[in-house]
Amino acid sequence: MRRSRIPPGVWFVSPALAAIALFFAVPVAASLLLSLTDFDIYAIGDAANLRFVGLANYAQLLREPLFWIALANTAYFVAVAGPLSIALSLAAALAVGSPLARWKGLFRTLLFLPVATTLVAVAVVWRFLYHPRVGLLNGALAALGIAPVDWLGDPRFAMPALIAMAIWKNFGFNMVIFLAGMQAIPERLYEAARIDGAGAASQLRHITLPALAPTFLFVAVSTGIGYLQLFAEPYVMTAGGPSDRTLSIVLMMYREGFRWWNMGYAAAVAFVLFAIILAASWLPWRLRAREAGA
Amino acid sequence: MSARTRLASLALHLALVAGAAATCLPLLWMVSASLMPTGEASLGPRLLPSAPTLEHYRALLGRLHLLRNAANSALLAAAVTAISLGLNSLAGYGFAKLGFRGRDGLFRALLAAMVVPGQVAMLPLFLMLKGLGLINSYWGVIVPGAASVFAIFLVRQYALSIPDSLLDAARVDGAGEGRVYWSIALPACRPILTTLAVFTFMGTWNDFLWPLVVLSDADLQTLPVALASLAGEHVQDTELMMAGAVLTVVPVLVVFVSLQRHYLRGLIAGAVKG
Repeated sequence: MRRSRIPPGVWFVSPALAAIALFFAVPVAASLLLSLTDFDIYAIGDAANLRFVGLANYAQLLREPLFWIALANTAYFVAVAGPLSIALSLAAALAVGSPLARWKGLFRTLLFLPVATTLVAVAVVWRFLYHPRVGLLNGALAALGIAPVDWLGDPRFAMPALIAMAIWKNFGFNMVIFLAGMQAIPERLYEAARIDGAGAASQLRHITLPALAPTFLFVAVSTGIGYLQLFAEPYVMTAGGPSDRTLSIVLMMYREGFRWWNMGYAAAVAFVLFAIILAASWLPWRLRAREAGA
Repeated sequence: MSARTRLASLALHLALVAGAAATCLPLLWMVSASLMPTGEASLGPRLLPSAPTLEHYRALLGRLHLLRNAANSALLAAAVTAISLGLNSLAGYGFAKLGFRGRDGLFRALLAAMVVPGQVAMLPLFLMLKGLGLINSYWGVIVPGAASVFAIFLVRQYALSIPDSLLDAARVDGAGEGRVYWSIALPACRPILTTLAVFTFMGTWNDFLWPLVVLSDADLQTLPVALASLAGEHVQDTELMMAGAVLTVVPVLVVFVSLQRHYLRGLIAGAVKG
């Protein structure tokens, strides 16, 4: 029997590994090669039109003002939406997890609801909530005597509007992770603190928050990586406008690659995003390792 | 309870109610606006329909064939869930319990690959699938979701806790490896597999970028893709759009609310490894 020479474990992992190799590993490697070519709509018709151009796509990208705009917009989104949504997640977790809170399960479910929804659908809903004339948001502001704002049409407010929606959509996710982190803190620490006369604020500062530090790191990295991939919000709500103020890196990649078929150029955009994500996932661990070493 | 504690409790619950209202209000307004007569939502900021109507649902399901898109979404989410559950549970169990040379190195390489964002693979994957004739077909959406490193990782961590003695006892009784997997490992892994099923179903249902790229034929599109193109064509039809959003969101919310225990456990298990 020749088959028996192959250990059974290999048969078990092979189907999944084959799928991952074929539909992920090979395309990622091919993407690197693609980014070194001038693959465009003519190359789709006839591969003979394909030329190797070295790093020309990357050089062109760095000279392209629109790329820097997309990069700055994405950085703006990550830098503002990231900390705000994590802060809100933490506050919500502290509220739901508080010993004083009742109906914890109900509140957790209601606060988590937006996470479970379809991004495209809620983006459509929020587009109308932001409507300058008939949107509920301006209606509520009018009741407070504030003049209407063209949320998605005004270059100053479009990105903040997307940020507010993203926070609403996502904060529940990290809230649940913080809640799980809080449940892992031994109750006896709090008991000891109470015996020592520590109040709620002091318990929060000296027990809860330090115990959540590893959770915090995970949440910060995963949220940052998720927000770097901003796409559906601007695609549905603003189409990247007004005047490119909400154009994100992934939206730029989508347009270059799948709208205009400049696939070599789009692959270069994807690799720049990859490099940024790699740095974003590596840097915090590096910093923590240095802190631990010091 | 002291007066101070009572005050703190009151403030806390006010904050919780305000937060829950903020998360639910856009969803409730979506439902409410979907029931308004045509044009009512565009008259001014308005919370409730003057005369509730189902005309927009009838238009979407009849004239605009959204039922077709709903069926596509359900079919694709179910297919990806079934296929990926099969492949990932085989691999997760294999990595946890069956030895072979290079196993642990291979597993570490898989974990390292998780930092690569999906968008990097998208362009060549599109060209590959186009070459295979799978663009604009269900398979084009299914195959990239057929296996997932994250799911393999979750199954492996769970399967590690199955006692070897249980597996060996079955082997001594003459069960082959396939039989051991089917009759012992799979039932033992049931909680994590349920979690993965809920996760995969919801993730596939909600996915947007890849189905948008692959499915250009309106009859093959999933609900989110169809909704996005409707939102482009029917900008003025607020009530119709809201009905479309309801049809897209409600099935996945029903799945979430009825199975949230499993969903949240998976979410937390994923975070613990970090």
